[in-house]
Amino acid sequence: MQKSVISIGPFHPLQEEPEHFSLTVEGETVVDVDVEIGYNHRGIEKLSERRNFEQSTFVIERICGICSTSHPFAYTRAVEDIIPVEAPERAKYIRTIIAEGERVHSHLLWMGLAGHFLGYNTVWMWVWRLREEILDVMEILSGNRNSYAMFKPGGVRRDINPDDIPMALKKIDAIIPTMDRLKKAILDDPVLHARLKGIGILSKEEAINYCALGPTSRASGVDRDVRKNAPYGAYDRVDWDMIVTQKGDVFDKVVVRVLETYESIKIIKTCLQQLPSGEIDLKLKSIPPGEGIGAAEAPRGETFHYVRSDGTNRPVRHKVRAPTFMNLPTCKATVPGSTISDAAIILASIDPCYCCTERMAVCTPGGERIYTGKDLIKMSQDKTEKIKREMGIK
Amino acid sequence: MSVTLKALLKSPWVFHLATGSCNNCDIEILDCLTPRFDIERFGMKLAGSIRHADVLLVTGSCNRKSMVRVKSIYEQQVPKPCVVVAVGECSMSRGMFVHSYNCPMPLDKYIPVDVYIPGCPPKPEAIIAGVVKLIEKLKGTP
Amino acid sequence: MTRAAVLRDFQDRFREDILDFFDKSPKRAYFEINPDALVPAATYIFRDLGARFHIASGVDARTHLEILYHFSIETMNLLISLRVKLDRENPKVDSLANVIKGANWIEREIHELLGIDFPGHPELRRLLLADEWPEGVYPLRQDYQEWDKKAVRDRGV
Repeated sequence: MQKSVISIGPFHPLQEEPEHFSLTVEGETVVDVDVEIGYNHRGIEKLSERRNFEQSTFVIERICGICSTSHPFAYTRAVEDIIPVEAPERAKYIRTIIAEGERVHSHLLWMGLAGHFLGYNTVWMWVWRLREEILDVMEILSGNRNSYAMFKPGGVRRDINPDDIPMALKKIDAIIPTMDRLKKAILDDPVLHARLKGIGILSKEEAINYCALGPTSRASGVDRDVRKNAPYGAYDRVDWDMIVTQKGDVFDKVVVRVLETYESIKIIKTCLQQLPSGEIDLKLKSIPPGEGIGAAEAPRGETFHYVRSDGTNRPVRHKVRAPTFMNLPTCKATVPGSTISDAAIILASIDPCYCCTERMAVCTPGGERIYTGKDLIKMSQDKTEKIKREMGIK
Repeated sequence: MSVTLKALLKSPWVFHLATGSCNNCDIEILDCLTPRFDIERFGMKLAGSIRHADVLLVTGSCNRKSMVRVKSIYEQQVPKPCVVVAVGECSMSRGMFVHSYNCPMPLDKYIPVDVYIPGCPPKPEAIIAGVVKLIEKLKGTP
Repeated sequence: MTRAAVLRDFQDRFREDILDFFDKSPKRAYFEINPDALVPAATYIFRDLGARFHIASGVDARTHLEILYHFSIETMNLLISLRVKLDRENPKVDSLANVIKGANWIEREIHELLGIDFPGHPELRRLLLADEWPEGVYPLRQDYQEWDKKAVRDRGV
């Protein structure tokens, strides 16, 4: 059968970073996928070498806007690991609160986009309206909706005002009933079961071989989470569960993210209620020569930073590794064998920090049908409609 | 001002291009569509394809790979008249990425820019205010 | 096995190839090994000890080039880093991509940003840099110079 290549990318109306996927298809089945990245490469590792340790934190925060806390968290832990030294207790709790607030907003963002890809635009609007509530909480606590600028090597830059805590707790409690309705709507829906179960399966062995991270690997039965394996911040002082499922298909990835949101809300509430008093900053004067490694669990997986210092006030080398770097190649194991209408949702299920974005797609060798980016999403939404009709649901 | 532009401004369709951004600005632009800010009540919609775009919202620090494509998209595919809005610090001047080896020039050296909306990221209220200012400005020109 | 037993066992197995060992803290251990022993050592840590491979970080230390391979054994919260030192003129080390699938993109990135060669890698082509980027210019090296005459490096204010 003749093979043709469909390319998806790099620009798309649903934004996120551009990325170029190239699917080789035979008939309706995808046989190979290739990813081309580099549309977002800004040379941040080289920029770190021009700035001192504290200034680098601001550049690091803008590596990604959605998981913007995990990068400074890992970086400040790496710099503290050079000495090595630990941040004060109150700073650890504040860092944990900010990191978990970001996890809630990131998972809700993903749920909205996944809803859009499947044709549930109402879910998209509802979830993003709910997300505004958690952004309000972050604005009350830190002053900004997105880039919180709370971290510095040695502690945190600003304190949480104790007068704000009751209002933040009230707002978080108000989120929970809507989350419950959403959870029921998503997890108990028979159409979603038929649409998402059994597609895009990543086996446990492949997840280990590709070194997959975060919910992508936890959905395949690999129980890896930096917060449990190598506890940092206040994670070992709070009672919470790691969510692991076994099948590794797209539905399991949805389940993992929905349930993780509940755990994050639990952690934020406990930390706000048990916030210890004390210093928030070690006031580090200089960093000795040496190497340090820091890791933090971003919403997508583990972020890893390596910093080398030679005793001056600038890093000699700063290596950044985002979780999507390890998760993206897993598409070579999950996408081939699926149909074109499933490709969009399988690529989105790894929650790429450059979300799958489409542009006018081109078709090559065979010169056959041309699919635009909008067509691919429409095909995904049409398949959901077809399943609904088959099940007799309006 | 041309009749076409006047007609289009009644309900401008926006298209969003990210040229190497951290996504903060992109998410704030998407937030404008959600129920709290809701630009659809002003007639602004996210266009499905760039050929239907009246307003181009560009974010990002002008990465080498992306700008090759943005330049060709702007010249060949976007129907004129089209206004370009640079959202966020990175598209205004590359912000903190001025010295990056992969971001050689700011956006306005590649394509003409009409409106600059500063912020890192600009809040959705600021983005809406910027687009409204643009429409007022264009309506005011003869 | 305990932490001490794991480290002792590793040191016994690769005795001739370990050039240096720095036991930094309960969670961090750094080994410097002979580049030829990298693939057997990494395979042992990944397969037999069941460790997770984090990343390989390439460094330009002015007299030579280095790559550090970071593995962590999650059950005992131990991170082992293997360091290989390479000659600046002709840096190369055998590829790990056939043993660990996740190492494929990692080595492509180090190759285009630092210029280190990985014989045995299935497809060593560009990952991040644009097509117009000249060959042989490695941005992460300490002696990198701006080659683009049209670049604008001031803010214009």
